[in-house]
Amino acid sequence: MSGTNKPKVAVYKFSSCDGCQLSLLNLEDELLDLAEAVDIAYFLEARRAVKPGPYDIGIVEGSVTTEEEEKRIVEIRHECKFLIALGTCATAGGIQALRNFTSAPRLAEIVYPHPEYLHYLDKATPISAHVRVDLEIWGCPVNKYMVLEAISAFLQNRKPNFPGYPVCVECKRRGAVCVVVAKGIPCLGPATQAGCGALCPASGRGCYGCFGPWAHANLTSLAPALREIEQYPGETFRLLRNFAGYAPAFRKAADLLGPER
Amino acid sequence: MMSKLIEVPALARVEGEGGLYIRFKNGQAEEIRLKIYEPPRFFEGFLQGRFLQEVPDITARICGICPVAYQMSSVQALEAALGVTISEQVRLLRRLMYCGEYIESHALHIYLLQAPDLLGKESVLELAAVAPDVVKNALRLKKIGNDLLKAIGGRSVHPVNACVGGFYRWPDVGPIRALLPDLEWGLEASLETVRWALTLPYPELELDYEFVALHRPDEYAIYDGEVWSSKRAPVPVEEFDRVYLEEHVPHSNALHGRTIDGNVYLVGPLARLNLNHEQLSPIAQKALREADLKLPLRNPYKSLIARAIELVEAYETAIELVKQYHPSGKSQAPLTLKTSVGAGASEAPRGLLFHRYAVNDQGMVLRARIVPPTAQNLPRIEADLAALVPQLVSMSNEEATLTAEHLVRSYDPCISCATHFLRVQIEEVK
Repeated sequence: MSGTNKPKVAVYKFSSCDGCQLSLLNLEDELLDLAEAVDIAYFLEARRAVKPGPYDIGIVEGSVTTEEEEKRIVEIRHECKFLIALGTCATAGGIQALRNFTSAPRLAEIVYPHPEYLHYLDKATPISAHVRVDLEIWGCPVNKYMVLEAISAFLQNRKPNFPGYPVCVECKRRGAVCVVVAKGIPCLGPATQAGCGALCPASGRGCYGCFGPWAHANLTSLAPALREIEQYPGETFRLLRNFAGYAPAFRKAADLLGPER
Repeated sequence: MMSKLIEVPALARVEGEGGLYIRFKNGQAEEIRLKIYEPPRFFEGFLQGRFLQEVPDITARICGICPVAYQMSSVQALEAALGVTISEQVRLLRRLMYCGEYIESHALHIYLLQAPDLLGKESVLELAAVAPDVVKNALRLKKIGNDLLKAIGGRSVHPVNACVGGFYRWPDVGPIRALLPDLEWGLEASLETVRWALTLPYPELELDYEFVALHRPDEYAIYDGEVWSSKRAPVPVEEFDRVYLEEHVPHSNALHGRTIDGNVYLVGPLARLNLNHEQLSPIAQKALREADLKLPLRNPYKSLIARAIELVEAYETAIELVKQYHPSGKSQAPLTLKTSVGAGASEAPRGLLFHRYAVNDQGMVLRARIVPPTAQNLPRIEADLAALVPQLVSMSNEEATLTAEHLVRSYDPCISCATHFLRVQIEEVK
């Protein structure tokens, strides 16, 4: 099982829901082959045994939200040659980063009777805010086949083949009806990175941007246009300020737009 | 003076981040702590000021393993607040979706998370080296649950189709119907899982639990029901938090689940099976009879057997519901916004999951309260560990550590879930 010359892989969890590392275990048809191709040396959700580093690939799920995590990510960077930020928490701070737009102590008071017991940072931040990241895989959750593609690409010493277009393209490809045009439903599809397979528009609802902003998104045009067709006041703002809300493009667009008309 | 310390800084094969610390002297536990160092994520805070239709999408992100449970408890709570009645078709489809989650979550826990402990392996990967067919079947069992979720909700982790009032659209019949052969295979494989589960060497531990689970007279309660207990009168879901409280215990970092009279209680597969076995579907019922178990099942390690029987139940029910799936009419009931409060609960694979929301007449969330199953079970896990101590004393340190770890894992704790609501004092593991 554990040949000495196979690349060693480590999977780490930071502040997250575990759904992105679960995507590795959800590779049911590929998991055993994957475990043959690489040495899964550290993956607490899946195995008890821990092989010491250094590791060839480090896969980090979650965002940095505590001092302990701030220190740990630096250590992890040192022990991993190639570091992958897995999922929108790791690439943009994720849902935790909603605290960045308000006061974290205020949120703590809402949830906890003894907020003074808690240790947390005021801001939840992506991995790249702390260390150099070699590859980002977006998604809340990630598309498991993109994770497989990333590992395959590493093994073959090539760049991973990720889509470079927005959700709109996936929507057209699967022949889904455009929810904006046909139903007047706000949708972030034109501004969101592809990868999910246009799940939300295909389900008759608008994209909520969980794969993060597309590199060439024109939010300056899109956001005000969506505001015109909102189903409730502040819908566009809330679509932007959500799972990938701390990604710079979505953050700026939401700030520019304001919560309500 | 025999003094001993068991310390597991980071528990493996659990969802989320937790550690275990037991110190004992002369056969007595001096200190038992399940350390939770999963950071707080403040969900109840974020939910304030969000539109109610965003709630099922946001609460799903509490847990990647049981997002459907969060979606189902939240939509029911919000529908209760608005006074919305969903159609029978919607209810059937929600139950089918929940079957998918039970299948993937239970297959994951039985084979990948707990079974390695019973077979002396550190992981399913090590198990695969000696029993590849068992593992291949396990992965297929799990995959079918994920496929079902995908057919209904687009993806298995954080599916996108469920909403307050029903579903954004009826999923296509074709892909759902196409799963029937796999589901039939899964039903047989889950019956095989029960037979196999009965052969495993469980550690001895019999405890007097108060079992708490949802109950329905007409079906094995997963999606909804009344709150039943083995030791007290049933209460409707709206009154759950009048009877089942959270209390700050001085020795603990966390607020602990307690009944109104101070009892520690248990939620999850053992509680469900013991309270609701008469409502199991016929094939699951037969599997239970053939297993010849003495009920109530009171060994926490044997919750694996309860999960296996529930896996049969989930497959059997899924087959029935797939056959009955003929969507017609609107997939979503209309919503009339009003200022109101509503509660909802469903049985997450790990146990009862309660939600309560207050909303205003604009549909904005004013307050949210979520009581996840693992938060309720934490004091129970600690009490179980205390009961285990006399056995641990005579074991080698390694064996004692594994036995204690195994106990925690047998609960299938969802630490990411629990933490957001646990009012945790986070303590660094030294």
